Amino acid sequence: MKRALGIIGIFVVILIYSAFFAENFLSGINLMQLTTRTALYSILALGATLVIVTGGIDLSIGSVVCLSGIMTPWLLIEKEWTPWQAIPTVLAIAAFIGLCHGLLITRLKLQPFLVTLCGLLLYRGIARWMTGDQSQGFAGEFDDVRAIALAKFTIPGLTDYRLPATVIPMVVLATVIGLFLSRTVWGRWLLATGRNESAARYSGVPTARLITLSYVACSLLAGFGGMLFIFDIGSAQPSDFGNFYELYAIAAAVLGGCSLRGGEASIVGVLFGVATLRVLQNTITLAGFSSQIEFAVVGAVLLIGVAADELIRRFAARRLERVGAAASH
Amino acid sequence: MRSEHPTLLRVCGVGRRYAGVTALAEIDVEVRGGEVLAIVGENGAGKSTLLKILSGVVQPSEGRLEVADAKGALHAVELDGARDATRAGIALVHQELNLAENLDVAGSIFLGREPSRFGWLDRTRMRDEARQWLTRVGLSIDPSTLCGTLPIAQRQLVEIAKALSTQSRVVILDEPTSSLTARETDRLLEIMDELRRDGVAVVFVSHHLDEVLRIADSVVVLRDGRKTGELKRGAFDRALLEQLMVGRSLATAERRERRESAQVRLAVDGVVGAHRRRRAVSLQVRAGEIVGLAGLVGAGRTELLEAIAGVTRHEGRVQLDGAELVGDAFARVRRGVSVVPEDRARHGLFLEDPVAMNLSLAWIDRNSRSRLVDTRGETGLVGRLVARMQLRPAQPSRRVQTLSGGNQQKAVIGRWLAVDPSVLLLDEPTRGVDVGARAEIHAEVRRLADTGSAVLFASSELEEVLLLADRILVMHEGAIVGELLAHEATELAIMHLATGGRAVEGTHA
Repeated sequence: MKRALGIIGIFVVILIYSAFFAENFLSGINLMQLTTRTALYSILALGATLVIVTGGIDLSIGSVVCLSGIMTPWLLIEKEWTPWQAIPTVLAIAAFIGLCHGLLITRLKLQPFLVTLCGLLLYRGIARWMTGDQSQGFAGEFDDVRAIALAKFTIPGLTDYRLPATVIPMVVLATVIGLFLSRTVWGRWLLATGRNESAARYSGVPTARLITLSYVACSLLAGFGGMLFIFDIGSAQPSDFGNFYELYAIAAAVLGGCSLRGGEASIVGVLFGVATLRVLQNTITLAGFSSQIEFAVVGAVLLIGVAADELIRRFAARRLERVGAAASH
Repeated sequence: MRSEHPTLLRVCGVGRRYAGVTALAEIDVEVRGGEVLAIVGENGAGKSTLLKILSGVVQPSEGRLEVADAKGALHAVELDGARDATRAGIALVHQELNLAENLDVAGSIFLGREPSRFGWLDRTRMRDEARQWLTRVGLSIDPSTLCGTLPIAQRQLVEIAKALSTQSRVVILDEPTSSLTARETDRLLEIMDELRRDGVAVVFVSHHLDEVLRIADSVVVLRDGRKTGELKRGAFDRALLEQLMVGRSLATAERRERRESAQVRLAVDGVVGAHRRRRAVSLQVRAGEIVGLAGLVGAGRTELLEAIAGVTRHEGRVQLDGAELVGDAFARVRRGVSVVPEDRARHGLFLEDPVAMNLSLAWIDRNSRSRLVDTRGETGLVGRLVARMQLRPAQPSRRVQTLSGGNQQKAVIGRWLAVDPSVLLLDEPTRGVDVGARAEIHAEVRRLADTGSAVLFASSELEEVLLLADRILVMHEGAIVGELLAHEATELAIMHLATGGRAVEGTHA
């Protein structure tokens, strides 16, 4: 929680700025859209967090989003599968992708960066080839299934804001993953593995299994997220759907206090990291900045956040050293 | 005849302290051209420090170095780094060979002083000259071979060729035979002999007294950072060297009353671990028994312990209470086999994490309800362990990296004591640990054995082996070469076996 304070602060500042300077920011429709987007990106970022905690990285998230998001309408409309067949198949494929990543990393000892970089190219390529690079959508059908992402719940007392259903998977997943990391033996061991894999192995932690599991979870969440994204937007192009989503997910995790060295995570921080990036993007559009500048702003905020975090950490370490020195004399 | 050879290098009253600890004191050594000088001593006696001073890698805190000029007159010098030493005609061949693996042989011999023409590498000249130096060390390989593809013995010869090519008159070898086979060792000794005949001064450190007896013209014996003997050929033999190396009277701390039962807890049968000499090891540890593995660095003790713990793969069988142990460390820890590794920062601790996390890591597995950590129990456990291990400061939330070496080691051991292991393996249990913490660690290990656990530990310090072990197994070159009961063992007997001496009366190998 302490680790999340910095990003919560940044979030509040940006939120206040947006409320004052971005036109229509506080309108119900904008806030609903913002909530939906935050929830969807959170699912990806939570998966990225599990991998980052082990000291690894997953660059293939965006492509898995694309593959599963494109496959879902493709199977339903082109191949005329039922949702009961299509949805489990897509999720199984996503999990299998993660399993392959995990095994390549733990058994063949390949570097996570390389394995998932190849995945980034591979899965998008497959998605484009499978669909003949044609846009895929639901053609107005399957509204009942799409309701998973589109449904909104009325909150008593609020007229123009209704709570998007995507908040449910976000809250459930964040809670489960948060409890997993802090309260279960496997979660503790996953953190230990990220901190010092060798020491974890000597201590009887099944490090290879845990790392594999984290990649499976990450890809599965990317697959699930991709599905929700397509339910939300209705149709997408295989060539650009999900582009850069892995970077948003990683950026959010880092902003939220995860160290890329592994061993540290704050689930609350990650959620605020995602929300910050979403609000920023939203505000850039609404406040009349040129939308081309979005990446530059996100990059700058990320850099400032990470640099500040490092400086604070150094300051704390130095203070601790002084205290330690004083105590031992 | 040899006394005609000039003194090339002399150290006078040299000493070296590290952060208040004396590593070396009052050393006088003379290195003569045309002589082979051996430096021997136990682990930690100061041999490496002395070599580093001779080769300019570290500077002495006191005393001075004198190097002969071309006319043979000695001048005091300050060697600041290996470059200065090279200029003074001194070359060090490291124990861990540091040839760049991606360079070819000629390239690494001339690394940093490549012959050039108009700014371009003169590869022809490099190769021709390299070939000459290689011939000098009896190596007939193509100078354009990549170093990474050479076997260790040849890489070592390349390093010696490199040393000669810098016109070095003093060649210093740090444990040159530690990675060589018997035949390669013979070859190296021959080359040392040839160098000697050419008037080069050869200085080498060795754990193998056989080699020292075969080749050395003079021997300097170090113990606890001091010189305990300097002997010329004819004046030393194995027994005398062993005695000078060990020397100190045995510590008279009380030895534990043997309490082990007849029940064999840990049985190791024909285990071949990751040791490069790959020899099968068999041993047994009974319930309540503490067995010490003695031997020199590189004897294969760490590899054996890691194999038993399941950290590395092995051939052969390991049994716990008669049932075979299979699988990785995860499976074996759950069966009750725990290992305290030698390098605690790399393999033992989560330095950036709090003491509490480091202590409870194994315990939470045994004491969870449907995989949920019993956080209240965890807090209690950590409190009890901090008190039991007398961790100072007694703050469970403190990062482990802020603790002293002794307290860090207590944290690693405490992690295992929390789960009452059936077998506790310890590799150098008190390395870098102060005297007080050492006594506390020994007491905890004894207490664990008293509850019926089997303890197997490796230590390079003979004193510790004699103090802690009920029974001592001596390892040499990957195999167990002797067994001694603690009450009849002496440092001398252990050192004799550990340096490759044959078993004598009183030992049953």
